[in-house]
Amino acid sequence: MSNYNLTHIKELEAEAIFILREVFAQFENPAILFSGGKDSIVVTHLARKAFFPSKIPFPLVHIDTGHNFPETMKFRDELVAELGAKLIVGSVQKSIDDGEAIEEKGKSANRNANQTVTLLGTIEEHQFDACIGGARRDEEKARAKERFFSHRDEFGQWDPKNQRPELWNIFNGRQHQGEHFRVFPLSNWTEMDVWQYILSENIAIPSLYFAHERKVIRRSNTWLPVSEFIQIADDEEIVTKQIRFRTLGDITITGGDESSADTLAKIVDEVASARQTERGNREDDKRSETSMEDRKKQGYF
Amino acid sequence: MSQQDNIIETHDNKGYLNMELLRFTTAGSVDDGKSTLIGRLLYDSKSIFEDQLEQVAKSSERKGLEHTDLALLTDGLKDEREQGITIDVAYRYFATPKRKFIIADTPGHIQYTRNMVTGASTANCALILIDARHGVIEQTRRHSIIASLLQIPHVIVCVNKMDLVDFKEEAFAKIKEDYEAFASKLDVKDVRFIPISALNGDNVVNRSENMDWYEGSTLLYTLENVHIGSDHNHIDCRFPVQTVIRPKNDKYHDYRGYAGRIASGVFKPGDEVTVLPSGFSSKIKSIDTFDGEVAEAFAPMSVAIQLEDNIDVGRGDMIVRTNNMPEPTQDIEAMLCWLNATGPKPKGKYILRHTTSEAKTMIKEIRYKLDISTLHRNEEDKDVKMNDICKVMLRTTKPILADSYKKNRNTGSLILVDEGTNETVAAGMIV
Repeated sequence: MSNYNLTHIKELEAEAIFILREVFAQFENPAILFSGGKDSIVVTHLARKAFFPSKIPFPLVHIDTGHNFPETMKFRDELVAELGAKLIVGSVQKSIDDGEAIEEKGKSANRNANQTVTLLGTIEEHQFDACIGGARRDEEKARAKERFFSHRDEFGQWDPKNQRPELWNIFNGRQHQGEHFRVFPLSNWTEMDVWQYILSENIAIPSLYFAHERKVIRRSNTWLPVSEFIQIADDEEIVTKQIRFRTLGDITITGGDESSADTLAKIVDEVASARQTERGNREDDKRSETSMEDRKKQGYF
Repeated sequence: MSQQDNIIETHDNKGYLNMELLRFTTAGSVDDGKSTLIGRLLYDSKSIFEDQLEQVAKSSERKGLEHTDLALLTDGLKDEREQGITIDVAYRYFATPKRKFIIADTPGHIQYTRNMVTGASTANCALILIDARHGVIEQTRRHSIIASLLQIPHVIVCVNKMDLVDFKEEAFAKIKEDYEAFASKLDVKDVRFIPISALNGDNVVNRSENMDWYEGSTLLYTLENVHIGSDHNHIDCRFPVQTVIRPKNDKYHDYRGYAGRIASGVFKPGDEVTVLPSGFSSKIKSIDTFDGEVAEAFAPMSVAIQLEDNIDVGRGDMIVRTNNMPEPTQDIEAMLCWLNATGPKPKGKYILRHTTSEAKTMIKEIRYKLDISTLHRNEEDKDVKMNDICKVMLRTTKPILADSYKKNRNTGSLILVDEGTNETVAAGMIV
């Protein structure tokens, strides 16, 4: 008799494809939140698989803070062209110019909080009823509590105490006017799973994930990339290091690691022996013990 | 995407990729040491990162504890940490070189039935914790009855806090005997017993030096080796259609693929199949994936099926083997676990969701409430509240393609959704 067992990666893939098809079937106007990071790239790859040989039936939505790595933007545009997908950009700069979002001041100022305003505005403008994201439960403690189908009220807020129970493989996406869902097909994936999948499927990712020489400064225990958006204090020294990024966010908040991992295989090995969490170098998570939870409650993804 | 082509290389990824996935849930009351056990499993299997551990050490210190409280690893929300309560189910992940694990970490005290049912619905295995000092208590019976109702294939009874009974074999043997006597009334096929101390790590990941009388395996070894290959139903072929893929482009002008995830059974091209509820028969032309056609597909694979004949098939329909079909019925007998603070309305109307299909339904009759401590069927008291388990008769507006839950967890399960609030109010298992 044959062996009717799937490996864990194939099982996670089948689960994610199932979720993506449920989104397509249950919602009128869904979209993929695409940041250009590895998780949203994997979600997009899975969406391609889920609807093959049709094109991805969702537009990609990028919430552009204006503080991007140029490499991420180049990658985004190439991928969109390759997929023939529709790209919708929500601009944080525009939200600031319109007075809807207020820019932070000070040395560690970043546009993370402003992102939520633009995201919610974009959802409202385009009337999205489901936004598919690449968030994983292993990323952060507040995310461990998240459902596959995460209900948001008319203000886009997440209420961790009032989540719909999710049983078996039956997902309930019913909603009232003005509400929407965030959907996370990678909920059950770990950082390691994502890297193994990228390696085994040979999925293209931005060059930033591979170790390369970069100008950086040392701040709060991490290597922050030098860019036009960062204020460098007199006592901070610009150095050139062999750097790679484990997660990608805004260029102002994404800390890099010293690394020599310049191939996917080496990255997998490095992740396997990592002693720090993936988001350990994210300035946005270090603001307080509950920064992710607080942001999610306000409507962050 | 040429930038990357030169940095891809062949890599021996086999070791990482050839792993199975085991989903398990933990059950126990508040002080049984559930969080400590999960913390211990994560810690001893080296699945905790240094920065996480630092955070926990700091929190422990702030609380005035002498040791690092591993239980703090699992409380993710502000309210949970502040109030020391656990809100709703959380999911944890860890891996050993042998398997990947998903833990459904369910809160022990408030709302326990609802939460345990949620965690148990996808689990291959349930860990039931018993405090060695207290033995089999009402809570143990409740958890075991739920594990049995939800047909969790494997149960591991962890007799915890063995350090508090001087690691005595008699204490363990007595609990095992009591549990077996009670479990003989249940429908649980595979039960194992392990004496542990989650606090000190005895028999969790590492063998205990304090209990040389115990010859069985450690908890982690058991989790790594319990046979899960037979947990899926590979007999009854069921393919609920999620959506239809019709590219209508030049290359795939006439392509019509029925997309879905195989709920059970094994499908092959050439198989005689019937589409329900219409009853039309055809043959499988091909089973397609992005990576090419496959020679066979089995649960839980996500694929697209093409049929030889052009028949009307859409979401909610089910492709099955012609010689083995579920029963289309509008009258469904089911065990319900009520999940919502508002109980069922008399003659209440709800939306029933079963696989990918949906129908309006009415709770025609509540037959009895189940006392989940004694298994007693109370036919007098029909006032169903949150966390109650009851047997009901449902009447739907269109036929549901029902299997019994005992035979098929995927096509035997359903949920009820309140039309007004859109909340999922009940989990159901078809009898």
